[in-house]
Amino acid sequence: MNSLDQIFVTLKQWLLSYVPTDFQPVGSALLSIVAIIAVFGTAFALTTILERKGLGRIQNRPGPNRVGPCGFLQPMADAVKMLTKEDIVPYAADKVLHYLAPIVLTVPIWLAFAVLPFGRNMSAIELDASIVFFFAVGSASELAVFMAGWSSHNKYSLIGAMRGIAQMISYEVPLVLSTVPVLMLSGTLNLNEIVNAQSGFSFGVGQWNVFTPWGAAGFLLFMIAATAESNRAPFDLPEGESEIIAGFLTEYSGFKYALFFLGEYLGLFAVTGLAVTLFLGGWNAPLAFLNVVPSWLWFFAKFGALIAVFIWARGTVPRLRFDQLLNFAWKFIVPLTLVNIAVAGIWYFSSDHLAYAVRWLICAGIFLGFYELLGRFLSLKRAPRTYRYAE
Amino acid sequence: MTPLSYYLGLSGLLFAVGFAGAVTRRNAVIVLLGIEFMLGAANMNFIAFWRFGASGSAPTGIMAVIFTIAIAAAEAAVGLALIIAVYRHRQTTQLEQMDSLKG
Amino acid sequence: MPNKITFCLTVVFTLSAAVAAIRLRNPVHCALSAALAFAGLAVAFLGLDAEFIAFAQILVYVGAISILSIFAVLLTRGTEVEPTAAVFSRSWITGIAITLGTAAAILVPIFSSSILYKIAPAVASAPVQMIGTELMTHYLLPMEVMGLLLTSALIGAVVIAMSDRPEKKDDSSHPSVTRYPSAESKPATKRDLTTV
Repeated sequence: MNSLDQIFVTLKQWLLSYVPTDFQPVGSALLSIVAIIAVFGTAFALTTILERKGLGRIQNRPGPNRVGPCGFLQPMADAVKMLTKEDIVPYAADKVLHYLAPIVLTVPIWLAFAVLPFGRNMSAIELDASIVFFFAVGSASELAVFMAGWSSHNKYSLIGAMRGIAQMISYEVPLVLSTVPVLMLSGTLNLNEIVNAQSGFSFGVGQWNVFTPWGAAGFLLFMIAATAESNRAPFDLPEGESEIIAGFLTEYSGFKYALFFLGEYLGLFAVTGLAVTLFLGGWNAPLAFLNVVPSWLWFFAKFGALIAVFIWARGTVPRLRFDQLLNFAWKFIVPLTLVNIAVAGIWYFSSDHLAYAVRWLICAGIFLGFYELLGRFLSLKRAPRTYRYAE
Repeated sequence: MTPLSYYLGLSGLLFAVGFAGAVTRRNAVIVLLGIEFMLGAANMNFIAFWRFGASGSAPTGIMAVIFTIAIAAAEAAVGLALIIAVYRHRQTTQLEQMDSLKG
Repeated sequence: MPNKITFCLTVVFTLSAAVAAIRLRNPVHCALSAALAFAGLAVAFLGLDAEFIAFAQILVYVGAISILSIFAVLLTRGTEVEPTAAVFSRSWITGIAITLGTAAAILVPIFSSSILYKIAPAVASAPVQMIGTELMTHYLLPMEVMGLLLTSALIGAVVIAMSDRPEKKDDSSHPSVTRYPSAESKPATKRDLTTV
């Protein structure tokens, strides 16, 4: 079983044995890059078709079903359509920035995958501060969104870009803060070690962070912030098509538009992979006897499940208004993440004094109590909602 | 390992570029950017001297840079807020037109 | 040797981006080139085995400070530069002279000093764990002060940049008119899409 678990590692070492010693670091890097691009490129194509089919099912229509068996060759058709479209650059646009924006969005996102552990011994580079690296490369996407919106010289693009930047800056704060309890309790910023810290089993169930009160709360807060950070519904205001055409994408067509599309999905994949690593035990099996299943299969199973949750949310939740979006971030999510950090501290220091169940209930109680108080406080000044047209 | 002089040279040149930006531009935002370059050059020196310094056990230079980065962030936030406040009163960000003490 | 080549590429990249940041006419281009220069500086930090600082540099400078300056440029209509307007100050020649003097005053002592022959220790690393422990023990007071400083900077920035329109409401019924008093005090710089 161990051989199947390590099959990709073995394959890489076997291929590297044909490379001269001087070029082995380069060869190793190239092999990792090829593997990551192949896997997540395929995941991108699969996700687009599954998302369209899932949304179709939610909206009571079949979804794309014409191209290939059950419509599963639709991504190919889409790719051909995108690549053969005319690439239009507006006359008044800032040509250089207009050209660079999709590249600045797409290239750094690939770097974020380098630190994610996809399986046992399966992370491309081992960094001491890998989670800081992850957030650092992610910060380039804000610049890309601004470049796209501003260089198009179009008011809808600019409004979309400003919405996008304000949203991404606001939600980056809770995104980072919600990972802090995990880093505190694991005592490391290295993603591999965070996964190792979750590899134990108690009563046959994996010791994942999500099974602790701070982990469960942090996971929910992280997922909300991740949805906003990757500009997905219900937080897709930067490209809200019913209000500002397509936001910062308005003046893009053809291959550049496809690159933006790719970049957004890759950003989603990267934060989803981070959520799996931080909260859902990474490549660890959920139950002790399931350890025979290869570790990379577990990673991608959890990954797929979280992507399905994102598609489900997109199909069910209506879009927020912009002031609601920012108030939600600064007045609700950020205070809750701060309380969650305190809860994690209480959890850590009560471990010697209290039984597990008591500790669990106390910590969960503190968080839920604060959640309830904050919610009541924020809705104090609001009158009960009245429906003018629907009774 | 690249010699120390290379890093110090980079730091000195970057400081000069930032200084030139701070003293020759009219737009207040770019003057602030120039000051950020000078801070970055100072950070470069801290890191270089830490790397080439004797004690590997105490991350002294790294600590100094962490505090410098925090100060740079605070400085940028307050500085840009000031620029926006001045713009609201005088409709300009050109430093040469901000020559009156009357608000 | 590859080390030196990488370093020279980093230097060329960083310095040209920095020069572009202070030379370009459009402030938005300046801010974007400044982001590039900060990223180049982070690469130089990586060459000095200071991983954590390099990533923190990118996170703070590229992710926050350059975005913040872009916001400031857009909020102050900085992009509406007239093609003929001067972007350098009247005394720029003096400025360049002082700059050259400063650069000489920095670089000459550096290149004539004996410190250049210092050999770096083969390995020097500052793991994140060590940085954290140091922050919580030796540098606890500076860290607390830093927290206070950042909090006060945050509140101060919000208060300074906050609109003070509600107080002036009594002066005039049209606050938006008083904010932009007349057309002639503000030069007609609005770029017209149809004439570009």
